[in-house]
Formats: sequence, structure tokens, C-alpha cells
Amino acid sequence: MQELQEREESRIGIYVCHCGSNIGGVVDCEGVAAYGQTLPDVIVSRHEGYLCSEPGQNQIKTDIQEQRLNRIVVASCSPRLHEPTFRKCLAEAGLNPYLLEMANLREQCSWVHSHDPEGATQKSKDLVRSAVARARWLAGREEMEVPIEPATLVIGGGVAGIQAALDLADSGYRVILVEKQPSIGGIMAWLDKTFPTMDCSI
Amino acid sequence: MADAGRHPNITLLTQSEIKSVSGYVGNFQVQILKKARYVKEDQCTACGDCVQVCPVLVPNEFNMGLSSRRAIYQPFPQAIPSAYVMDINNCLGYDPVVCGKCIEKCKKKCIDFNMNDQELTFKVGTIIVATGMEVYDPTEMDEYGYTRYENVLTSPEFERLINAGGPTQGQVLRLTDRKPPKSVAFIQCVGSRSQRRGEPYCSNICCMNTVKSTLMLKDHDPDLDVKVFYIDMRAFGKGFEDLFRRSKGMGVRYIRGLPGSIQEDPKSKDLILTVEDTATNQLEKHRAEMVVLAVGVKPPQDMKTIQEMLALQKNSDGFYLEAHPKLQPVDSATRGIFFAGCAEGPKDIKDAVTQASAAVARAVRLMNPKRLRVEAITAEVVAEDCTSCGICAKVCPFRAITVDTRAKTPARVTVAACSGCGTCAAECPSNAIMMHHFTDGQIEAQIDAILEQDPLQRILVFACNWCSYAGADFAGVSRLQYPPNARLIRTMCSGRVSEKFVWRAFEKGSPVVLVSGCHIGDCHYLNANHWTERRVKRMQKKMEKMGLRAERLQLEWISAAEGLRFKEVMEKMERLRQSVTEQEVTETKRILIDRSAVPEQEVQ
Ligand SMILES: Cc1cc2nc3c(=O)[nH]c(=O)nc-3n(C[C@H](O)[C@H](O)[C@H](O)COP(=O)(O)OP(=O)(O)OC[C@H]3O[C@@H](n4cnc5c(N)ncnc54)[C@H](O)[C@@H]3O)c2cc1C
Ligand code: SF4
Ligand code: SF4
Ligand code: SF4
Repeated sequence: MQELQEREESRIGIYVCHCGSNIGGVVDCEGVAAYGQTLPDVIVSRHEGYLCSEPGQNQIKTDIQEQRLNRIVVASCSPRLHEPTFRKCLAEAGLNPYLLEMANLREQCSWVHSHDPEGATQKSKDLVRSAVARARWLAGREEMEVPIEPATLVIGGGVAGIQAALDLADSGYRVILVEKQPSIGGIMAWLDKTFPTMDCSI
Repeated sequence: MADAGRHPNITLLTQSEIKSVSGYVGNFQVQILKKARYVKEDQCTACGDCVQVCPVLVPNEFNMGLSSRRAIYQPFPQAIPSAYVMDINNCLGYDPVVCGKCIEKCKKKCIDFNMNDQELTFKVGTIIVATGMEVYDPTEMDEYGYTRYENVLTSPEFERLINAGGPTQGQVLRLTDRKPPKSVAFIQCVGSRSQRRGEPYCSNICCMNTVKSTLMLKDHDPDLDVKVFYIDMRAFGKGFEDLFRRSKGMGVRYIRGLPGSIQEDPKSKDLILTVEDTATNQLEKHRAEMVVLAVGVKPPQDMKTIQEMLALQKNSDGFYLEAHPKLQPVDSATRGIFFAGCAEGPKDIKDAVTQASAAVARAVRLMNPKRLRVEAITAEVVAEDCTSCGICAKVCPFRAITVDTRAKTPARVTVAACSGCGTCAAECPSNAIMMHHFTDGQIEAQIDAILEQDPLQRILVFACNWCSYAGADFAGVSRLQYPPNARLIRTMCSGRVSEKFVWRAFEKGSPVVLVSGCHIGDCHYLNANHWTERRVKRMQKKMEKMGLRAERLQLEWISAAEGLRFKEVMEKMERLRQSVTEQEVTETKRILIDRSAVPEQEVQ
């Protein structure tokens, strides 16, 4: 399918992270960064000790502003760990946070191919190439906001439904408590004494 | 309980059922059918005058039929609302010639036979499902003679007997001679923990409920002979072991072994239990004047209606499935819908209440900011390309798409309801869906980039964000070593992986392709991975028809915790890759390029 909008010209920055020796101990980070520089639309390609640290993030922000970067590729750990960190970093530099792409050099390269630095480095380059290819197609996204009705439907009027209804109502929310029987109470209404306190239930 | 009936913020609707729920988090539209009570709820003072004149007598279901009630009645003394209720099916009729006695008797004139069922509509932001549980009916366990012997009761029946507000004012009496029994035996796990009958799981509450009952019996009569037959006693909660010890201290005998059968002595109506005591390996006979079956609990029978209406999932036990068993224990997978109490699994009052308060906290967390941020990764229909076939609406697990197939209007995505799995985009036969942030263009660019160099050496892997990609991360964290040929492409859900991505990969020379996702039942997007499974199978069939080795396309479910499995799958894929020759890849490219030259008939 055709992409909806005409793509603006990409100006990509690549940031390869050593993660101390976690990545750098196996993968040739400098080599990966140098390789990144050869890819299309790449304006800067750097390698840093710890990208998630403040100096690391500041480098990205400065480059975004000074080099007018509009796509960022971070080659570091799993996006499941630090994608929020770097998205925030982009936003702080005035770039839409969805213009970030990550290549996972730690969980997918250095940690799992630690006895094969060459294989790990080759894989890192491929992942960076893949990330850059994707980054060129990225578009900014807005997180839409919708109004929310301050009311809750509680289905079932047993002790759980009753407790939920009361907690909500006391917090100022409207509650619709729906019970199929003619009375609320549920199973608890059968009981006289209850464990573990041996006191009356209703 | 009474507070819930009079709180100004609570609209209490009894004898009511949910008819439909539409919309999405923050803006659900709910239709409710409130059945006619035939007694004006706000005016009835519960004086009970009407009951005195009603000629109808029916078994009282609240007391499990151990007593009777009239056609106009109050379910139980503390009922909320306290207003009486008309059992219209048993009422003789409001025609004054037939009956209508209660109408005359009620001074406040609150009995109204012309009352109608009401359809009500509400708008709510969140929903809490607290539909609870039901108890097991032991009829099928004929060896215990529940339907044959009157002195064999279920635990709920016993609860009503020993209840001060119950049919005997709290006196425990035998049903055959209305005398207090001198010996009572409890049988545990009836309908629970069995692969054959009832349910396979532990019902959680019956051990402690029995311990409680033995204490109440011993309080009434310290000389009473009380025995409990069990598999093992589960007294795991706070304060539970104390009660258990107290019960034993008061002389209650706990015997390990469930009776194989119960026989009734025809004369005395006493019950004879035959049991193998597994602690002593002796076959024993025990006599009891009353037997209580500690029945298990199970999901309500009518659960399916609500489940389907709200697109909720159940686990294998039949209770509702939480979004995450440890980290989101009260959330459903659908945003804005939460669970409280036994709807999610058997539990005692304390846990049910705790969970209810937790569900409230989660709901308030959503509602408090008054506005809600919705997922930015969503689908969008390109109206010009849509043929209104309706497939997307059918596959969307969140029912976020509406399309009128008859009027042929283009499909529409309700953005706030879309969770971003991408299944619709993968299934649309007209390429009319744009999956934001995981567009065709973005994913195809990755495929091309990966296969640009040495494609023959590569293993192309599609991994879903929540499970298989996380499984790969876990393999990393565990420093597991595997062959370095795999290149992962992350999508939010395996449901996003379109056929065309796989064809493109093979066309670009990929020897093997792996599609991976969450195990069936664990999908972060309800059942989106069912569609993945069907799609991969469909593609494998097509490959066979085209003369390609179908095994070159693999599907694997890998959970976030299965790092080892990820490694093993990678090793398997590497072996598979080595079996593919350059010639085979070239031939594949040729077949696929020829095929795309001829427009293909879509097989759905
Ligand atoms: C015999 C017995 C003894 C027990 N003794 C103890 C004890 O001593 N101590 C203790 O802590 N726990 C005890 N329990 C457990 C206790 O009863 C439960 O923990 C508690 O009742 C659970 O409350 P709930 O609200 O989740 O469910 P329920 O009590 O089952 O309430 C669910 C309510 O939802 C309603 N409902 C269901 N479906 C719908 C629908 N579709 N639309 C509208 N309404 C619906 C039902 O009518 C019911 O009123 C006992 C249980 C049993 C069976
Ligand atoms: S709580 Fe006790 S009686 Fe109930 S099913 Fe579990 S083990 Fe059996
Ligand atoms: S599947 Fe595609 S063509 Fe069919 S209704 Fe949905 S968007 Fe339109
Ligand atoms: S992306 Fe998934 S949730 Fe969203 S509309 Fe498509 S199928 Fe439904």
C-alpha cells in the first residue's frame, strides 16, 4: 500500500552505545558507527560509553538541534528497556518521540554471541542497517486524548461488587450497580458466621 | 450492604441484566433491562402485610428449599432493596376475581401489576465485572446419595441451617426426624480437584468453610461427634491455621481419605461412610447422623453472555483471565474493564474485597485525569481502497472496526478502541489499512535491508513485542549462546505479519522465515494470534501448491520467560537454514516472481 504522506527528507543520527563493556566488550562499536555513517541519509553516527546517561542523552539532543536531525537510531539495549527513555529524550529536543528506532545490540548481539565477536559485530551492522531503513519511513504520531465519563458500571452485587461500588461512590464517581437477583449480597448473604474472624457477614 | 442501597452516587438496579455494551474505554454505552418488581421499590416499607394474605406457597430458593415462601416475598430479612418482590410466575394473577388479595391489603398502595420491564441506557467510563461464582451440584456424584438421602446436605444448605436467620433459626436439625444430630461428617473436595467429575482446580474456600462449620457445631454442642474427611486440609491464609488447630483442639477428628460411598441405614436414616484412611491404609466404616458435602465452586452458568458482550477471555478453569497474572491481576485485556471477586477465580471474602478495592484504584487511575490518552499505534482505513468486505471488522479482537457490508460504506476504525495489533492490516485483502508505526513501507524496508547482504546466511524472524521479542531479551539476560544468523523484526503482535511480508522475504532470497508470538491464550491482543496461526497455515498450504518446501516457513510460540526456548528455536532454525541450498532459493525467487506477475485469486 502507498504510504499516506510524502516523506520529508530524512536526516538521521545513529548512536551506538558501548553499555560499558556489555556491548563494547564484544561488538566493535566504533566499526559499527563508522559503518552507519555510510548508510543513506545518515548525517551523524557516533559511539558513546553510556547513551542512557545524561551526557549521552545530551549529545543526542544537541545533535538534533544543531544538525537538524529528524530521525534517531539508537543502537544499544532492548527497546523494551529504554525506548521510553529515548522517546522522552527526543521529545525534550523538540522531535516527535515516534521518530526513534532502536537496534538491539546487547540482548541480541553481545550477550548471546559473546564468543563470536565477528558474528556479533556483523549482526550489529545488519540491525543498524535495518533500523536506518525503517527510520527513513517513520512518521510522527500524536497520542490522541479522549474525554472519559466519570462513571462506572459494576456488574454483580456480591460482596466484591458492593465493595467496589462503595469505594467508587465515596471517591466521587457515579456508579451503576447491576444485580440480576432481587437483592444484592450474593453468596455472602447465605452465611451467618465467616472465617477467619467468625463474625457475622452482613 | 445497606450503604450501597442508599448512597447518593449509586444507582442500584436489581432484577436487571445487561443487554448490550458498545463503545470503548472512557465512553461505554450500556443498555440494561430492569425487570418489573410489581412492588414500588421506593414506597414499600417492608411491613409484610401482603404476605399474610397471599395464598401461594412455594419453596424458598434462598434457603435452598429448606423452607417455603409466598408469591410476594422478601428474599431474606436483610435484603437490599428491602422492598418486597412479586414472583409473577407463581402469583395467581392480578384479576380481582382470581386473587389480587395483596393489592387490597397494602395500605401504601405500592403493589402495581401494571408495572413494565424498563430499558435503561447509561454512559460509563469504566466497567467492573463482579459476577462471582456458583456452587457445584453434587447430583452426578451418586455414590454420596445427595438426591437419595435426606440427611446428606451440601455446604450451602448447611450454612442456611446453622444461620440464625435461616429456616430453623440456627438450630441444626436432621431433615428426616427434625432432631439435632449427634454426629456430623464433612466430606471435602466434592466437585473440586478431580479430573473426572466436577472441576480440576481447588475451590479455595471449602476447607476453611468446613473448619468454621465444625467450630460453630462444637460451640452449639461440645459433645457432638464431628469428623472431617479430606485429601489434604488447606489452611494457608492469615489466621487460618489457628482456626484449624482450635477445631482439632475441640475434638474434631480429621481423617485423611475421601469416602468411596455412603449408604443409608433404612431404619435410623443414619449414614454409613466407607473410607480408606490413607494415613493408616485401613478400610473403615463410619456412622454419621448427618453428612455435609463441602461442594466446590465454579463460574456462573450465564457468564458467556457478559464474556462475549465485553470481549473478555477465560482461563482453562472457566473464570475470567486477567491481563497479567502477577502484575495486572485485576485488569482485563480490554482497557477500562476490571475484575473483582470470584469472577476471576475462587476466593474468600477478604480476597474478594481486596480485589474490589484494587479494581477501583485501577478504574480511578483511568478516570481521575478526566481525559484519556489513547494508543498512538493504531490502524486507519484508506477509504478509497476499501471494498467494504468486512474482513477487518471480523478479525479485530477489540471490535474497533465498523463496516456496513450491505450499504458498502468503507470501514471505520474507532481509534480509542484500537489496541494496535495490526491484524486487520494483515488480513485486509485490498491493502486498505494503514497500520501506523508498523506500516507496510516500514516493515518492507527492514526486510529488504536485512536481506541486502548474504541473504543465504540469514534467518528472518518476526517477533511480537510482548512475548517472543521479550523471550529473546530473556535469552540475552541469561547469556544463552545461539547461532548469530537471526535478524529480528519487531511488531507489536504476530497478528501484524502479513502474507506479503513473508512472500517478500522469500522473494528477496531468505532461506527460512520464522513467525513468532505469544502462546495461544496469552496473546496481548486477546486472540489476535489465532489469526496468525491460520494465516501461517494458509501460507504453508500455498507454498506446497507452488512446489516450495512449506517447512521453510515456521511458526513458534515463545513466551517472555522462555529464553531457553528462544535459543532452542534459533538452533532449530539454523539447522533448517543449512538444509536450504542456493539453488532452492533461486528457484523460489523465480516461482514467486512468476506468481506475482499473474494476479492471484485470494483464497480466504
Ligand atoms: C458455602 C460457602 C461458605 C463460605 N464461607 C465463607 C467464609 O466463612 N468466609 C469467607 O471469607 N468466605 C466464605 N465463602 C466465600 C465467599 O462467599 C465469597 O468469597 C464471596 O461471596 C465472593 O463474593 P463475590 O462478590 O465475588 O461473588 P458472589 O457472592 O457470587 O456475588 C456475585 C453476584 O453477582 C450477581 N451476578 C452474577 N452474574 C450476573 C449478571 N450477569 N448480571 C448481574 N448480576 C450478576 C450474582 O447474582 C451475585 O449476587 C463461602 C462460600 C461458600 C460457597
Ligand atoms: S479448599 Fe479444600 S475442600 Fe475446597 S477444593 Fe481446595 S482442598 Fe478441596
Ligand atoms: S478488510 Fe479492508 S477492504 Fe475489507 S472492509 Fe476492512 S478495510 Fe475495507
Ligand atoms: S489494529 Fe488490531 S485492534 Fe486495531 S483495529 Fe486493527 S485489528 Fe482492531
